[in-house]
Amino acid sequence: MTWTEVFTDYTLRNVALGSAILGVVSGVLGTFAVLRRQGLAGDALAHAALPGICLAYLATGSKAAPVLMLGAALAGWVGMVILIGFLRRTRVDPGSALAIVLTTFFGFGVVLLTVVQKRPDAGQAGLDKFLFGQAAALVQDQVVLMAGLSVVVLVLIAALFKEFKVFVFDVDYARTLGLPTGRLGALLTALLVIAIVIGLNTVGVVLMSAMLVAPAAAARQWTESLGRMILLAAGFGATAGIFGALWSVSQDHTPTGPAIVLILSLLVVVSLLFGSSRGWVWERVRRHRQSGVGA
Amino acid sequence: MSVRPALAHAIEVRDLTVAYEEKPVLWDLDVDVRSGALTAIIGPNGAGKSTLLKAILGLVPRVAGSVSIFGKPLSEDRGKVGYVPQRSSVDWDFPADALDVVLMGMYGRLGWLRRPGRTEREKALECLEEVGMRELAQRQIGRLSGGQQQRVFLARALAQDARLYMMDEPFAGVDAVTEQAVVETLRKLRDRGKTVVVVHHDLGSAPEYFDEAILLNVRLVASGPIDEVFTPENLHKTYGAGARFLVAP
Repeated sequence: MTWTEVFTDYTLRNVALGSAILGVVSGVLGTFAVLRRQGLAGDALAHAALPGICLAYLATGSKAAPVLMLGAALAGWVGMVILIGFLRRTRVDPGSALAIVLTTFFGFGVVLLTVVQKRPDAGQAGLDKFLFGQAAALVQDQVVLMAGLSVVVLVLIAALFKEFKVFVFDVDYARTLGLPTGRLGALLTALLVIAIVIGLNTVGVVLMSAMLVAPAAAARQWTESLGRMILLAAGFGATAGIFGALWSVSQDHTPTGPAIVLILSLLVVVSLLFGSSRGWVWERVRRHRQSGVGA
Repeated sequence: MSVRPALAHAIEVRDLTVAYEEKPVLWDLDVDVRSGALTAIIGPNGAGKSTLLKAILGLVPRVAGSVSIFGKPLSEDRGKVGYVPQRSSVDWDFPADALDVVLMGMYGRLGWLRRPGRTEREKALECLEEVGMRELAQRQIGRLSGGQQQRVFLARALAQDARLYMMDEPFAGVDAVTEQAVVETLRKLRDRGKTVVVVHHDLGSAPEYFDEAILLNVRLVASGPIDEVFTPENLHKTYGAGARFLVAP
């Protein structure tokens, strides 16, 4: 594999483009999820998508990207509604409620996967690639759909940037300004579901939450501005997406999700150590200087 | 007693009851807030002071009753009330500097799709200047002291240029400089004809800082000019037997 093949080879181009789109969108939405302390909710939503994919296939017999993605989005949304209901109507704490929803949906999804694979007409349905992602299987139709969805997501975030900013920072104040905070919250969650759906082919449901949380966590170490944090997270996400996907394609049968997650982890560790704003090294230098002045 | 014209009341609260999980926090409250005055909401912990503020702002659901602001229901006047929340209500780790937070005060006026520009930035810097925070405009909010954070909230309220201000414990846990800045801001707002309602817990400083008081302990104990309201009997009713230790003789 040489670098120019990324632009000319059909598979490599799809893989690189698809992972870049995924990285940008999940970096942007992940920033909001992390600031709203909803990183784990993203994990639950991603796991909840698995039964949706299987049911969409069982209901339609089609493996077309729009069908499976719609099933995933609906199931993710149902998971979120159940989660919110749990939190409002029971005294189960948020962490445990998340764990219950996540494992229940995922367990159901794995059972359905077995059902799908036992069906005589299905042969090898290949839905199990949604567990850990298989970027090599990306086809052009999927990439086009991912690109279309990501444009919608990014345009909405750019248009409502200041509303989302005050909503996430201070929801009560946003309400007193007259903003429809209930709808803003629902929209942000809906966009998060879209980001997760975009990532299903590439990263898979099991590790998708890393794609949301890690770029944002790394970006936070380098800046104190929300706008720059979003851009950096998008950049980190795209970088990890592209390199992870190409690595997975060049090594036969390496699932893409784990490859991307390993690169993301590296970015997080480097940022935690050397981040210019909150990195460990600079924090030490700052403290050293302050104590030096005081002595 | 003379009958005031209707507009003399910035806020009119009628039969207000608020409950959390069926436990009443505010019970059948009738109270008016005089326009153009500094009013303190005073009462012991758990008396429902913050809840009253939030109920007036429509931030907590009412079980019963009505609230009108300058003669209209709140929903028609959204964005015209400047709210200063408790400092502990937000995550100061948020990626923003002091200027970013003050700019939020102008988001309502800007409307959808428009971004704050140079005019808004200059106005925000002026508001920071008014509370003595201009040099710290670019500092991340988590690196500010508690008092400085409180002053950022004040500057944000100033930038909003509202007619009515509602402040939740702006004096809680702040340094002397900030306490002075808060008092000066309150007076400035009154001089500009604004109405200000403040949740306050220090009985000692209340008569000096405020014109009017609402004494509250789930039910309304008394409201009106602070000199008339601050009687030993009313304070006893509000705080119970401990009240006599709270005010200097």
